[in-house]
Amino acid sequence: MAVIARLESDTRAAARGWSDLTIRNIFILPTLAFLIVFNIFPLIYSLGYSFTDFRASVNDPVNFVGLQNYRELLNDPNIWRNFTVTAQYVIVSVGGQVIVGFGLALLLNRKIPFKGLITTLLLLPMMMSMAVVGLFWKLLYDPSWGIINYALGLGSFDWLSDPDVALYAVAITDIWMWAPFVMLLSLAGLSAVPQHLYEAAAIDRAGTWYTFTRITLPLVAPILIIAIIFRTMEAFKSFDLPFIMSGQPTTEMISIRLYKMAFQEWQTGRSSALAYIVLIVVLAITNIYVKYLNKVKER
Amino acid sequence: MLKKKWTALLAGAAMAFTVNAAAATELTIFWAEWDPANYLQELVNEYTAETGVTVTVETTPWSDFQTKAFTEFNAKGDAYDMVVGDSQWLGAGSTGGHYVDLTDFFNEHKLAEVMAPATVKYYAEYDGKYWAIPAEGDAAGWAYRKDWFEDPKEMEAFKAKYGYDLGVPEDYKQLRDIAEFFYRPDDKKYGIAIYTDNSYDAMAMGIESAVFSYGGDLGDYSTYKVDGIINSPENIAAVEMYKELYGFTPPNWGKVFFQEDNQAITENLAAMSMNFFAFFPALDNPALNPNAANTGYFANPKGPSGAQHAALGGQGISIVSYSQNKEEAMKFLEWFIRDDVQQKWADLGGYTCSQAVLKSEAFRNATPYNEAFYQSMFMVKDFWAVPEYAELLTAMNNRLYPYVVGGEGTAKEALDGLAADWNATFKKYGRM
Repeated sequence: MAVIARLESDTRAAARGWSDLTIRNIFILPTLAFLIVFNIFPLIYSLGYSFTDFRASVNDPVNFVGLQNYRELLNDPNIWRNFTVTAQYVIVSVGGQVIVGFGLALLLNRKIPFKGLITTLLLLPMMMSMAVVGLFWKLLYDPSWGIINYALGLGSFDWLSDPDVALYAVAITDIWMWAPFVMLLSLAGLSAVPQHLYEAAAIDRAGTWYTFTRITLPLVAPILIIAIIFRTMEAFKSFDLPFIMSGQPTTEMISIRLYKMAFQEWQTGRSSALAYIVLIVVLAITNIYVKYLNKVKER
Repeated sequence: MLKKKWTALLAGAAMAFTVNAAAATELTIFWAEWDPANYLQELVNEYTAETGVTVTVETTPWSDFQTKAFTEFNAKGDAYDMVVGDSQWLGAGSTGGHYVDLTDFFNEHKLAEVMAPATVKYYAEYDGKYWAIPAEGDAAGWAYRKDWFEDPKEMEAFKAKYGYDLGVPEDYKQLRDIAEFFYRPDDKKYGIAIYTDNSYDAMAMGIESAVFSYGGDLGDYSTYKVDGIINSPENIAAVEMYKELYGFTPPNWGKVFFQEDNQAITENLAAMSMNFFAFFPALDNPALNPNAANTGYFANPKGPSGAQHAALGGQGISIVSYSQNKEEAMKFLEWFIRDDVQQKWADLGGYTCSQAVLKSEAFRNATPYNEAFYQSMFMVKDFWAVPEYAELLTAMNNRLYPYVVGGEGTAKEALDGLAADWNATFKKYGRM
């Protein structure tokens, strides 16, 4: 039936005189136009701004300043501090998500009652709005009535006002929210590992750790790296959680600095340059991961 | 017959056009989301009743206010005919061409004499011209728990400890002593609630209040000299005092603004709470504050040298250059500055800047906080109003927040760093 329907459809298109190429273009062109107008054009336009002293809030003439914005940003210790904070956050947050997410996947990758229900419940955090999660966790961390201090017996420990702890407190929230994402991908990877490999390992009396490091981990690694790539890119751009949860300079990630520079201080040219620096850093990190992913696949 | 039909049709079209033209006389005023905006909406409904011109007060949360307003300005959008903008926007609003020059209007109506001097200087004037009409006067003040202060046991214990009577603090030293006295974390009672939110100007305004009363300043607004002024000994002492006060705040007080500071009173958390007067009507409302009857108010206290000032809040109302209804907006302003309208504005809860209304006994006795507000409005000082004020604010937050809330470094290091940052900013924009 499906074949007949396709033939009829082909016939109708052919009757209108549309070639396959035309039909393909009809589908592709709107998307292409959308991407050009809303992605590529602003990208190129902002690249031009990054070489100027343009400020959107004033009527001053725009001057070409060459690489001055880039030079000043890269020599600004505050920007380096923002990058350091971001790197710390990415390492703690993504590291935590991988450990927790993969651990949960290993636990769920066996026959347990209500497995489907448990998996669904574990996925709930990542379906929530970032703003809601941020506000919700602020309450949980509250030193006066938050349940975290009560449960851990920490008295009135101030998670979000302590400059040394605030970043980790935000990272814990991010881990809670996004570890299920890593878990989901890891589960897909684990279920794809051929069972006969485990059977062969069992016949050879291989230990649990040996089986895990020589069979499970290498075979799940490609999909795990994809999860890490996604989460690293997202964590690097994190804005909502640290912005909502803490005002500490120790949680001012590069995205927050960029927002303030662009939309509070209206340093349009300079913030465009910073956006490009961030873009280059994210591309570089992603590239390293992708190269590693290809190596893993080749093994 | 045909001619009649055509005539009727044309008449109908003309009527439709007239109706549409009348419907088009609508004005939109943009402001932040807070009680005074609701009072303004009530006030402008009367303008609608008088003139038939619909006026809508459109609001957005404070955290979003500046970004949303300037995004619209930068796009030269006509969504807003008027904006009740922050005083520090005057530089960016005027030099950026976003505000209509109201100098002639101001002079014609002698508003420099009609409105309180500080409100004219800070809400309206920039670079020798007037860009706004003082609309909502405001200043940082304090609320306190009268029942805690007047408890005989507390009074006795306080006198025994500090050697003077417990009462409304006359200076910052007394403010500190009282905050320390009531700081009892084991009883979940705390001494004081101050602004610490560093996402916009909340913490900066709290610190300014201390700095100004300590006899300090932010810089020389005419020469842009900051070194030796922002990091003066007076300012260092004021910032050290602010940090000390932070030690007597409730837990998790590291990023708070007006809502939390009002909650400190409504939820029995603190003995004293800093806030702008515009937020005090909520504290005087028994439906919102169970302690309303026991809440008192006072102006920002003196510093060690006897100087007494307060950080300016409040806003002026400006006409947006890109509005399609500038003439109609001008007519609205003419109505708004009328004495009877200013009186009505005050009656509704708005903080009029009209000297006549402010000085009247009726106004000063209308609420428990109006007297303190009246006193404050004649001793206010403000932040920089230059176009690059946001960069100055960011630097202030970045330098002072880690010291006040995070306990990093010293006040002198923080203020020396701030002086260097501000110098660099002013040099960047060719002001020095």
